[in-house]
Parts: sequence; C-alpha cells; structure tokens
Amino acid sequence: MIEQVDQLYQEALSNLKTAESSEALTSWYRNTLGTKGNIQLLTRQIGQLTKEERPAFGKRINEVKQALQEALDARTAEVKAVELEAEIAGGAIDVTLPGRRRANGRLHVATKTLREIYAIWADMGFQIYRSRDVETDEYNFELLNIPQHHPARDMWDTFHTTTPSVILRTHTSPGQIHAMREYYPEPIRVILPGMCYRYEQITARSEIQFHQIEGLAVGRDITFTDLKGTLTSFARRMFGQERKVRFRANYFPFTEPSAEMDVECILCNGSGCNVCKHTGWLEILGCGMVHPTVLKNGGYDPEEYSGFAFGMGPERIAMLKYGIDDIRYFWSNDLRFLEQF
Amino acid sequence: MLIPISWLKEYVDVELPVEELAELLTIAGLEVQGIDYIGIPGGNDPNRLIWDRELLVIGQILKVEQHPNADRLVLATVDYGREEDEVVVTGAPNLFGFVGQGDLSSRHILTPFAMEGATVYDGHKEGQVKMKLKGKALRGIYNRCMVCSAKELGLGEDHEGIMLFTAADLNLEALAPGTPLQDVFGDAVLDIEIIPNIARCASIIGVAREVAALTEQAVRYPSYEVHMDGPPVEGKVKITTDNPELNPRFTALVIEGVEHRPSPLWMQRRIEMAGQRPINVIVDISNYVMLEMGQPNHTFDYDYMRGRADRYDPDGPVHIITRLAHEGETLITLDGSEREMPDYTILVTDPQGNLSVGGIMGGQNSEINGSTTNVLLEAAAWNFINIRRSSHALKLNTEAGFRFSRGVHPSQAVLGARRAAELMRIYAGGTVNNGIIDYYPAPPDPAVIEIDLPYIHRWSGLDLSAEHCADLLRRLEFEVEVSGDHLVVSAPDHRLDIEGKHDVVEEICRVYGFDKLPSTDMSDVLPPQRGNEELDREEMVKDLLVRLGLQEVITYRLTTPERESKLITSGTPDDRPYITLANAISVDRVAMRHSLLASVAEVAADNSRHADRIALFETGLVYVLGEEGVLPDELPRLALLLNGQRNFEAWQDGNAPGSLDFYDLKGIIESLVEEFHISGFRVEVGEHPSFRPGRTARLWINETHLGWMGELHPLAVEALNFYTEDPVLAAEMDLGLLMRKMRPAIKFTPIMNYPAVNEDLAVIVDKSITAAAVKETIEKAGGFLLQKVTLFDVYEGDPIAAHQRSLAYHLSFQSPSKTLKDRDVAKLRQKIIGQLERRLGAKLRG
Repeated sequence: MIEQVDQLYQEALSNLKTAESSEALTSWYRNTLGTKGNIQLLTRQIGQLTKEERPAFGKRINEVKQALQEALDARTAEVKAVELEAEIAGGAIDVTLPGRRRANGRLHVATKTLREIYAIWADMGFQIYRSRDVETDEYNFELLNIPQHHPARDMWDTFHTTTPSVILRTHTSPGQIHAMREYYPEPIRVILPGMCYRYEQITARSEIQFHQIEGLAVGRDITFTDLKGTLTSFARRMFGQERKVRFRANYFPFTEPSAEMDVECILCNGSGCNVCKHTGWLEILGCGMVHPTVLKNGGYDPEEYSGFAFGMGPERIAMLKYGIDDIRYFWSNDLRFLEQF
Repeated sequence: MLIPISWLKEYVDVELPVEELAELLTIAGLEVQGIDYIGIPGGNDPNRLIWDRELLVIGQILKVEQHPNADRLVLATVDYGREEDEVVVTGAPNLFGFVGQGDLSSRHILTPFAMEGATVYDGHKEGQVKMKLKGKALRGIYNRCMVCSAKELGLGEDHEGIMLFTAADLNLEALAPGTPLQDVFGDAVLDIEIIPNIARCASIIGVAREVAALTEQAVRYPSYEVHMDGPPVEGKVKITTDNPELNPRFTALVIEGVEHRPSPLWMQRRIEMAGQRPINVIVDISNYVMLEMGQPNHTFDYDYMRGRADRYDPDGPVHIITRLAHEGETLITLDGSEREMPDYTILVTDPQGNLSVGGIMGGQNSEINGSTTNVLLEAAAWNFINIRRSSHALKLNTEAGFRFSRGVHPSQAVLGARRAAELMRIYAGGTVNNGIIDYYPAPPDPAVIEIDLPYIHRWSGLDLSAEHCADLLRRLEFEVEVSGDHLVVSAPDHRLDIEGKHDVVEEICRVYGFDKLPSTDMSDVLPPQRGNEELDREEMVKDLLVRLGLQEVITYRLTTPERESKLITSGTPDDRPYITLANAISVDRVAMRHSLLASVAEVAADNSRHADRIALFETGLVYVLGEEGVLPDELPRLALLLNGQRNFEAWQDGNAPGSLDFYDLKGIIESLVEEFHISGFRVEVGEHPSFRPGRTARLWINETHLGWMGELHPLAVEALNFYTEDPVLAAEMDLGLLMRKMRPAIKFTPIMNYPAVNEDLAVIVDKSITAAAVKETIEKAGGFLLQKVTLFDVYEGDPIAAHQRSLAYHLSFQSPSKTLKDRDVAKLRQKIIGQLERRLGAKLRG
C-alpha cells in the first residue's frame, strides 16, 4: 500500500505540473486531495492494513498530503501569476484616449477678481459693506462735497432717471456716507463693492456699467502715511511683493490730500510697453484722506477723527492681469471668453 | 496743457533732465501724459526727426543771385559757421526778392541750413516722410546743401518758402552762423493734465510756480509795467455789473493805432508749441498772455463800441454792462453761429445790446477785424460754477471757458490786462491810453487758515517742525507766520482752492513729496468685526452652482421693457413702473431691469449660436419701484438656465450625451435646497406666461413664493432667437428669501448603528396623481422609522393602463434604538400600502 501511496504521489505531482489554469488546479484538487480524491480514497483503505502497518502508512500518507498541499500552493501561486499577467496584458487600454469630462462650472472673471480683492482686505480687517445702485444726487454727489454745477462733476458722466435727483450711482462712494452714518461713532474699516454706471459710449475702453471697490477707514488716528503703507501692502500682495508702487497727487472732491496709486507695469516690469503707454506704470487706484466735509456729513468730527478712502476697478485690474484688450467681453458673457478663467 | 520747456525756462531754471522734471511734476499732481520732443533726442517715436547737431545749423544769407540756367532757381551764398561759405541752389520763392540786392550780410538774415547727409522731412510729400539729403547738380550747378522750410524741419506745415528770420525775431541779441539748430529751435513740450483743482497751473507761469516750489527757487515773473503814452482813458469807458457775485472784476484798457501784422517768430513758435495757431499779432498776444499767465482776455473793436455809444450816449463813455441774459436772448458768437442764451448766463453788453458771452466767447459784432486800429482790451473775473454751467449748456469749449470754469483768481485780471497791453504796445505798434479802468465790485476774502502742528501731524502722519511746514508752504508763495505750534497761513493771490486746513495739509505733503512720505501701518484700533452675512450667503450659492457645473454670468442691469417682454408670451407679469433713464445713451439700455432671467436668457441665446452646452446662472439685483418713495426696491434674484447637451460629447457615449431637461434643472434646485438645509421647500404644478404649459413649476418655501422654474415657452425661445432644438430650462428665484431661509447652523444627527432594512415598493397610480403626493403619502405612513424614500423607476405603457403609471421606490427603514425585525417592517409596509390605496387609489404592482 505504501508503494501505492508513493505512486499516487508521483502521478499527482506530475499531473500538477501540467495544470495550467485555476480551473485545472481546482479539478486536480478534486481528484487528488478532495474528499473524493485519490489520496482520500486511499486513506480510507487503512482498515485493510494490519495494526503494525498502519502507523507507517498513516505517517506516509500524511507526509504525502502535506507535500501535495505545498506543491499545490506553489503551483497555484505560479498559475495565478501567469493568469494575472495574461489578464493585465489583455486589459491594456489606450491611455491617450480623452477622459470622461465633467462640465466645470466657473465664476465670472469679475467675481474672481472681486474675491481676490475681498480676501486681501479681509485679512487687513476691512469688512464688506454694500449699498444701493439707484441713488439720490444727494448721496452720490452733494454729501461727497460735489455741489450742483461744480466743475468736479465733469469727472462723472451721470445717468439720470426720469425721477428728479434720482440717478444711477457713478461710483460706490455714496456707500461711504451710508456706512459712516450707520457705524458712527465706531471706527470703520470697510470695502464697498458694487456696480456703478456712467453715461458713456460702450467701446473697447469704456462701459456703461462696471464694478468698483472702494475702501474706507475712519478712526481717531489714521494718517496719510497709513494710507500709503496700507495701500502699498495691498498692491504688493495683489501684484507681487517686489513690485514698485508710486503715489502721485491727484484730485477728488471727497478726499484731500488725494493721490493716484500706480503700480510698476505688470506686463513689461516697468521697462515700457503699449499697455502702460511707455510710462512703466499702471494706474491702479485713486485714494486720499477723507475730506473733512465728507467726514462731517457722515457724522464724524474732523477735529477728532480722520480717515482714508480709496477706489479701484476690478475689471480694469482683470484686464491688466489677463491681457484682456476689450472691456465689452465682460458683460457680453461669451462662453468662449468666460471659460478661459 | 502743453508746456514748452524753453518757454518755462523764462520763469524758472530747469536743470533736471526733461524726464526727471516730468516725474517730479507727475508726483506733485501735474501728470505729464506725454512729452513731445522737437529736434532733440528723446521719446520713442521712430519717425520723429532728430536734428543732427553737425549737419543742421543756423546759416546766414550773404547774397542771393539768379541761377544762370533757370528762372525759378536762385543761388544763395550762406555763411554756416565754417571757413568757406556755401552756395546753395534753391527754388524758395521768398528768396527771389533778394536777387540783385548785393551784399546782405549787414541785414543778418538767418535760415536753417542742412548739409549733405542730414535727415529732414521731405517738403514735397504729404505728412512727415524722412529723407536724407544727397548732393546733385541742379541745372548744371552742383548743390550739396539746403536752406529749409518749417515743414522740412517738422516745425510746421509751411513749405511755401524757407524760414527766414533775424536774431531779434527770436528775441535774441545775436545768433552766430553754425549754431546747431537743436540749440535754437530744439525743445521738449510737456503735456500736462489739468485736473479740476489745479486750474492755476493752466499756464506756463502756473507750472513754473510748481517747478520753483519743488526745486526750491523763486519764479522770475515778467514785468507787468505798461508804458502809457496815450491820452487819458478816463471818460472813455465805463463798466458796471448787475451781478458782482458772478463777475467780481472787470478791467479795461484802450490801445490806439495797432497794426495788423504777424507776431514775432519767437511768439509764434511758443503759441504753436502750446497747441494754438498763430493768426496775427493782436490775436496772438491775447492768446500768448492767457497761455503765459492763465488770465484770459478779450479784444473789442473800440471804434465799433464807440459807434454804438454815439447812439446811446453821444457825449458819454462806452458803457459796458455785464448782466444775465434776458429770456430768449440770442447772440451771434464769433464762430458765426447764433445761440440762445440760458437765463443764468452772464453776458457782456452795452445799452444797445449784447457783445459777448462773459468768460466764454466773444460776439461776432464787436470782434476786432482787419481794419481795427483801436482796441478795447478787457480782462475780467467770473464765477467758475456759473461759467461751467453756461459753457455746458451752450456746448462751447473754449480756452477761456476752460480756465474760467475751473477758477481764475480775480487778482489776475489786471495783471493779464497790463501784460497784454504792453505787448501790444511793443509788437503791434500801439499806444496805450493812460490809465486802467478797473471795476472790482466784489474782491474775494483773502484765504487765511490757522492750523496747529498736531493737526498737521494727525492728518499727514508727517512729523515735521512748524518752521519746516512753513518753509514748504512759502515755497508755493504762501505767507506763513509761526508762533510755537501755531501757523497762520495766507494763500497767495493766484489761488482760489485754499479753503481749509486740509488744503494746507495737502500742500505740505505735495511740496514735501508724496514719494518721500514714509509708509506706515495703521495703529488705530480695529473696528468690531461683523462680517457680511448676506454677501457670504450669496457667495455660497455661487460656489455651489459652480460645483454643480454652472457658469456664472454677469449681465447688463440696464435693458428695455421690450427686451424683457420677449420672455413673456402673454400678458404682463409685472406692471409696476420701470426705473427709466432720462438720458439713455443707447435705445437698448433705457431702464433698470425687472427680470434677471430675461438678461440671462439673452446671453444664453447669443451663446447658443456656438455652444453645445449652456448652463448659466446669475445672482443679481432687479429694480422695482415700490408704492412709495422715489428709490426702487433693489431685490436680489437668482436665475438659472440650461440648454443643450447634458455633458461634453464623449467617445464613450457614442454620439448621444443626452440633452439637458427639466429634471436636470430641478436636480440643481434640489441640491441647492439640500446643501443649505432649507426646510419647507415645495414644488407645485404652475402656470406662467414665460414657461411651457405642463412643464412649469411654482416653487415655494412653506407658504412664501420662491420663484418659478420650467421649460421656456417655445414662443419665448423663438422670440429670444435661440439656435437650439433642445428645450431651454430656466428658473428665476427670490434670492433674498432663499438666503434668509438658509440654515448654516447645522445640528449633528448621530449615525445610526442598527442595520437598515431595505425594501422595494412599486405602485400603480393614475397619472393625475403627482409623484410628490405619492412620496408624501409614503413618508407620512412610514413614520420616523422610514429613513429614506428614493424613486428609482417611473414606467408607463403595457401592461399598465394608458391613464396610469407605475412608480417604484426603494424604502429604507432604520431605528435609532434597535435592530428592526421583519415583522416591524412588514407592518409599516402594509400601512404604507393601505394609505396609498385609500388616499390615492393606488394599486400594488405585482
């Protein structure tokens, strides 16, 4: 019987070598080590042996079982590896075919620019204050130190409505008065974003509506040098830490001293190009110390308080930043434009 | 304002290079927008002529002879500063007169002289075309040099003859032949933007004052002395005004015996470089004085005025009266057009009628002309606001109006009159009557500002001594008295813009230099931080919609009722009045919008010409005039619009990515509701003239109307000019309501650890029963253990009756406190089925 065991063992081993697939291995197992397999059937014949022969047979058959199991495990690993390799080889795809694209949503480029600006000012403690689009002449002009027929009114081409003294705001500055009247006597740091309107022909350079972001800081200890420092910080973060900034005197009826802030041209780095009209500088924002009359109109006594204000155009900034040469793209909302940002 | 550097140098030294001077002025608020270089290097225009210092020089004409072989050519012998004189062949007609006059050297006739190899503009070509001078024989005589016209040098359009002048014409004592042309006519002209508060700088002297202050020197003012050799003016002219507040000063002089001739070359050059055309000596002097010192003046024909006076007061003086225009009064201005004067416009008149528009433009009748020999010269002061208003109304933009509408101090009037009279005496050969009629009914109060050092410090941030501040101000001709920290500041008499302490602070900062001011960080206390919840919520809505694949648009808020009505196929959904513009710039933009969706639909329709997939949203305001008040309610709205392919075309899907439909839009709205934890959201079958009947839903939050959604009505799609075969899905919602109902304060619900039991349930109901009703019935009957109801199939057709459909749901039951047993679920399921049968007549689908 032991010879039979050895013979079965040899046969099983050689059969195992020819098993090339998982299915073949399963069937080999069934025929060999399974409950109805050869080894199992032989084991059951132990009863036909003498008492003396049984231990040796038992030992041998267990050795064979174990050896076959090990051989099976080894063979299984080999077959699986081959099979996996074959499966992988057959599963190759053209990775250069295009992916299944999700349609991306996007914010309008004006919103993106507004948010960029909001974030910088938020970090400096400036909160967002919004006020109305359709305004009174009083808030848009008179309370901002721009009386009727004052030559400064030439700076704004205004849309008037059919209701006397009701206009479309030409700037977000009326919000300064609203904010001051709401917050007096607290110190103020706000930015005032919003849509503004100008009576202008729509051309590549001018629009009838555009966003503006104004800023206003009011307190007991706010100086012109603070304005310079704060706006320089803003410009460096918006346009690059190394960028040069310059302030030059300007005129706005609602600030004094007034200044214009220029930033070294972001396209030519100051060497002169068409965009900066060969000056090396880009005009970014107007600013100044809040005019005492405006402070007073907001409720703050200029003998105790002072403040600064500034205003900029996000569309203009986006145009400079992205090289957009025509402002009409913004509100025409052509997807071929919007999807580039 | 164009400022020639050579002219500027008459009043102030300029040692800085031109670009540095431009930068200095720009920082001080006189923005140099451009620099025009004349003949000298600078700038970046490659077509501009630079006069070679060696090859383009001053020549002196010594002799002019007829060309032996040509009638129309002469030979000019020119001394150009070298050892040998040069004989030039030229056809310049203004040399012909010198032929046969022999030696001209004692007459010192000078001309620009160009040598072979010099680059000039071609005098025979249109515009400015460069050419290099080459020697060639002209009718047998070799010629290698040229005497030049203004056009050939880029100094003007004139090519009728060459430039001929004497040193005196250039206001020089002598000018040596051979002097480089650059040193004589070379110049740089600054183009300075005159912002509203620097009207005082709308003159050469005005700019010189700034240069002087910024470079610490004093202005060299011209003399305002007049040699009055004529008879007394007293009794010849009388001036009165009805409106001293509008015309605070009026001065006049009479100059007799003026001659009409060209003004000297130096004056012509200056006027031209400053952007005006020389006319004749009288007009040129009038303009020159205005450009030089900023005070406009006007010349009347005195004899004409006297003629009128002979009619109203033969023995009395010419009587000038300034007054407001009468109703309907017209005046023919010197541009020849008759204009009706507004009743707030101030006129210069006499008892016979009007003569000119005060401060803006002269009248045709009293204007000087070629036969004028006696001139009444006036210089006056006007109220700038009134002048601005009138020049706007009359649409008259004149140099005088430009200055007077920005403010010229009354002190300048008499100076301007004196300066012009003296120049007319010198250059027009006139004799000035003795005396000045100076009518000054309303002198302005002197501007005296008291200011303390701490105030200066608190506003500027500059830590300067009182004496330093005083010095900065004195550089601008302020008078300053200092006592301790206290400054008493008197503005110079050419300034109208100094009203308060802030103006003084500004001048200190400006002269100190905005570029030299330190930059500091704010040390003031941080205000209370409140945030802006409304904006935050709006931005959250935008972010979610972007995440859901929508593109934000921002549209015009100005529209027309007609454009908006394209969205409406019948009736008027909103008949409240529009906010309408009184001065619309385009017929397309006349009113503030009522509908956000209308403007989004317009841009969607435009995009449908080229885009396969359109998924847009906008958050923005609409403007609705309320019952009361003049200002509209500005209401935030949300508009959504979908059209076209559901997704990008992809090879995986064959050619059928599928079209966006009603349920894509509804899914987006449902995501919005879920994301922001809005409770009470409800959709009802609705009817709306913008939407296709049967595919229209009205949206609610509890009992408040939120908005509409649906498929746009085919007639609206057509009216809007959509290029699409696919449905256009759209919604407009009350964003304000949506934002108010957002609940960012989320309360955590513990995750249930007991297993869920999932069941499917399919019922057959009449088509008239809405899915919402079925779901609501299931949820009510299922109670709190029914955690989730998901519709997974809607089936119509065989074997189900035509008026019915089958709805199939996944139901998920789960208890927070125990493992549900089959019989618990079976009981609930029975209850649900029972309710569906009883309430909705549903049948379980077998």
